[in-house]
Amino acid sequence: MASAGLSQDRSANERPRGPQGTASGPGRPERRRAFVARGLTKVYGKGEVAVHALRGVDLELFAGELAVLLGPSGSGKSTLVNIMGGLDVPTAGQVFFHDLELTAFDERALTAYRRENVGFVFQFYNLVPSLTARENVALITDIARNPLAPEEALGLVGLAERLDHFPAELSGGEQQRVAVARAIAKKPEVLLCDEPTGALDSKTGVLVLEAIERVNRELGTTTAMITHNAAIAEMADRVISLADGRIAGVRENATKRPARELAW
Amino acid sequence: MRALNRKLLRDLWRIKTQVLAIAVVVGCGVAIIVMALGTMRSLEETRATYYERYRFADVFAHVKRAPEYLAERIAGIPGVKWAETRVVADVILDVPGMAEPATGRLVSIPEHRRPALNDLTLRRGRLLAPDRPDEVLVDETFAEAHGFRPGDHFFAMINDKKRKLLIVGVALSPEYIYSVGPGVLVPDKRRFGVMWISREALASAFDLEGAFNDISLSLLPSASRPEIIERLDVLLDPYGNTGAYDRDDQVSHAYLSGEMDQLVATATVAPPIFLGVAAFLLHIVVTRLVATEREQIGLLKSFGYGNAAVGWHYLKVVLFVAGLGVVLGFAGGAYLGRLITELYTDLFRLPFLHYRLSLDVFALAALVTLAAAVLGTLNAVWRAVRLPPAEAMVPAPPAVYRRTAVERLEPRGLVGQPTRMILRHIVRWPLRAAMTTLGISLGVAVLVSTLFFFDAIEHLIQTYFHHAQRQDVTVTFTEPSVERVVYEVGRLPGVLAVEPYRAVAVRLRHGPRSERAGISGLEPDAALRRVLDTRLRQAAIPPDGIVLSTKLAELLAAAPGDVLTVEVLEGRRPVRQVPVASLVEEYIGTPAYMDRHALNRLMREGPVVSGAYLQIDGRQEEALYRELKDTPVVAGVALQTVALRTFRETMAETMDIMISFYVMFGGLIALGVMYNSARIALSEHGRELATLRVLGFTRFEALYILLGELGVLTLLALPLGCLIGYGIAWFFAWSFDTDLFRIPMFIERATYGAAVLVVLVAGAASALIVRRRVDRLNLVAVLKTRE
Ligand SMILES: Nc1ncnc2c1ncn2[C@@H]1O[C@H](COP(=O)(O)OP(=O)(O)O)[C@@H](O)[C@H]1O
Ligand SMILES: [Mg+2]
Repeated sequence: MASAGLSQDRSANERPRGPQGTASGPGRPERRRAFVARGLTKVYGKGEVAVHALRGVDLELFAGELAVLLGPSGSGKSTLVNIMGGLDVPTAGQVFFHDLELTAFDERALTAYRRENVGFVFQFYNLVPSLTARENVALITDIARNPLAPEEALGLVGLAERLDHFPAELSGGEQQRVAVARAIAKKPEVLLCDEPTGALDSKTGVLVLEAIERVNRELGTTTAMITHNAAIAEMADRVISLADGRIAGVRENATKRPARELAW
Repeated sequence: MRALNRKLLRDLWRIKTQVLAIAVVVGCGVAIIVMALGTMRSLEETRATYYERYRFADVFAHVKRAPEYLAERIAGIPGVKWAETRVVADVILDVPGMAEPATGRLVSIPEHRRPALNDLTLRRGRLLAPDRPDEVLVDETFAEAHGFRPGDHFFAMINDKKRKLLIVGVALSPEYIYSVGPGVLVPDKRRFGVMWISREALASAFDLEGAFNDISLSLLPSASRPEIIERLDVLLDPYGNTGAYDRDDQVSHAYLSGEMDQLVATATVAPPIFLGVAAFLLHIVVTRLVATEREQIGLLKSFGYGNAAVGWHYLKVVLFVAGLGVVLGFAGGAYLGRLITELYTDLFRLPFLHYRLSLDVFALAALVTLAAAVLGTLNAVWRAVRLPPAEAMVPAPPAVYRRTAVERLEPRGLVGQPTRMILRHIVRWPLRAAMTTLGISLGVAVLVSTLFFFDAIEHLIQTYFHHAQRQDVTVTFTEPSVERVVYEVGRLPGVLAVEPYRAVAVRLRHGPRSERAGISGLEPDAALRRVLDTRLRQAAIPPDGIVLSTKLAELLAAAPGDVLTVEVLEGRRPVRQVPVASLVEEYIGTPAYMDRHALNRLMREGPVVSGAYLQIDGRQEEALYRELKDTPVVAGVALQTVALRTFRETMAETMDIMISFYVMFGGLIALGVMYNSARIALSEHGRELATLRVLGFTRFEALYILLGELGVLTLLALPLGCLIGYGIAWFFAWSFDTDLFRIPMFIERATYGAAVLVVLVAGAASALIVRRRVDRLNLVAVLKTRE
């Protein structure tokens, strides 16, 4: 099964079998690439009504970095991240996760890939209302290999005090932090966040970003975070801008600003 | 408004399978109402018309021999409209081409006029010609069974002489709509026939000139039956009266009434189950619809649609689904009604019987159904009406859950999160969970309570044919005969064993209650004809006292130890006090038993017998039949194997079709409930499931969370359904309990198993349909939207 291979390959220090990095790769050449995307296109619909969400994207994500995908609404950010997360398949092009070609996976292998390697945080939290904070996290740790204890994961996002609250008893920001804890509790190699603060105000949003930042720093989780909010990009290692389904630019932040200092 | 209607149609189309599933459950209920009440109505009206047009009598009596002049005094009893005397006799028939002897009931008709009561419908041929003592009319069933046409003939043993009878016509009588021979459970078309013959011919053959042995009365509408019966008995008692009775005790009438009672019982029990389940299903569907359309409702209201308009909008959903069910039910009910009427035309001999689609039955079914549907969903619709426009436009907050009581006992970690989710869903909506359980269990119950009939009938056959009545042949003598005759019968070819019996017609009195009954005097060590106790073991017949069947004991309110007054209705008509010795279980009739010698003593007669039970060698049966047909003392021959065969055939004809329909209906209830529950669960938890799938849960794990709740409820429903099914079966057994027969309360374990299996198959089918939807969940779309 693909899943077994995946988890072992995680620690292997080998070069990806995929094609060599190009444009988007910056300075330090010894950095390990977690993702490589080549010529990704995604077309929704056919003929007259076809929407080109991605029009040939080449992209690399480095292991352990915190990358922000910035771009206006409709620029293709979610589509790109969904393809990397194994939720969607491109119309053309390839995606490699280390040396595994995701674009060659079938549905079952993609499920296993998500289960083993990816943590998701969504704009609308998507917690299970019938489970408490602790149980929402346990939902994932129950099926993961060598996970954090749910209490530990919730401690990382500053919710050690609210373990036994149901979603209906938590604020939006708290729910989103539970979602972050749920995403990272299995110690995934990748954390994908699609506008995690989109439904939150600035003050509570910052708490969520701090949690993501801390996870990235302390667990070394490769993190891709979507936002259309330029202020948030300040906390990233690299900022990848998208416009109209294409990479419009990649810039490296010389100094990352801590999430705590952000405001919008 | 037109846009709103279009939305309505689209909504309905979106949930079309659910709509159809509910409509089918509604349809089952409606179909049963239309079928049962429609058929009942048709039967009732047909019978009433038939009775009226052909002057079916109100009171009947049989005597040994009464002078004709008595008829005038009887007609003079106040309240009597008309009295008609007849000669009636059961004789042995020898029908060409049939080995077994048949029984013919010869009924006299006046030679120069139509019968004033119980008139005949001539179906073929002609009426009797005057002065032709050999001409007969035969009843249509018997004629059809033998392919008789006018001009054919057969032989009858009339008062020790074998006579050839010529068929001139085929007829029907309101007295023999249900035509069953003496001592037989169900009609045997070949072996029992009614024939009408000239009064003079029959009277002279049986030495009844200027006399009669049968009388029928019609009464004025104002007359009091019990009073007239009493006065009639007083007049007839000196002449060997066996007790006058009214229509309720007339076999044909009683069977027909019993059938109608069963139809009414069906129409009372079944439709409420189906309509109740349908109302519940509509309730959950509309509640869900209102919940998902909160924002749309708010929008409509903020744009100026009134509360009434919104309420009416959702009520239309309800009316549409129920209406669709009503239409399906009308079609199904009309079909079933036609089907069952066809069965009836075979079982009941009526000159005409049409399943009439009566408008009021349809109207009633529609009204009851729509009312049930609207009542069931009122709460859900009211919720839409009450929703304030502003609040409606904010998405509903996440549902508030709590821990279940079970979990408090559970050491953390024993139950996984998916199972915890399942338990909390159940506790979150306990009423819905309870109703779902009830709904599924009603599916089981419908199956158990209808399949029960097979078990009951089989049990009845086992007890009646295999344990109690083990004789092959029952021979009835024309007169009580000396024991020597029994030995002669024993010497007939092929007879292996013979056991005599004495049968006496009596009236039993206990306190203010009294019942007409027959006492069978059996040999104390009987091996062929046995009496069974309430646990189906052979019961000893005590040397003194009387053994009552439980039903007779119930009618007389008598228990062992009580003393009954036995008024014998034949011979010297002695009246004696006899203690009740014990009770026995009998499903057919209301018999009573005594030791034959005790009965002989009670009759103040010598050791005489009324007939004999025979065990025969099957290889010699033709020879035996030939002899019996020509034996003068023999008045009737009942064949047990033939009786069992016709009983099975009749049951198969009348029950199999109906029960297969009910089995289907039971399965449909279960399917309707489970499919809808699964769909509602998918609609409510679809977002959760998609999230879990995104997080790496497999399809199977997602399906477990989705269907686990239904699985738990189904497991609870199965035993509950068996219990409710037993209850309904008990109700059927209770409501079919008549003097004529009772249905043993007996359900095989395999029947519960079959019911459970059908429901599990329905569950698996629902799961498969929903599984396809889980497979197709759009993961990406779910993440983009707020609920
Ligand atoms: N399922 C879909 N069907 C059709 N068009 C889609 C679908 N999903 C996304 N799109 C279109 O693709 C484009 C990119 O969408 P998306 O990746 O969600 O953008 P972003 O996340 O940057 O706002 C948009 O024009 C959007 O309308
Ligand atoms: Mg997006």
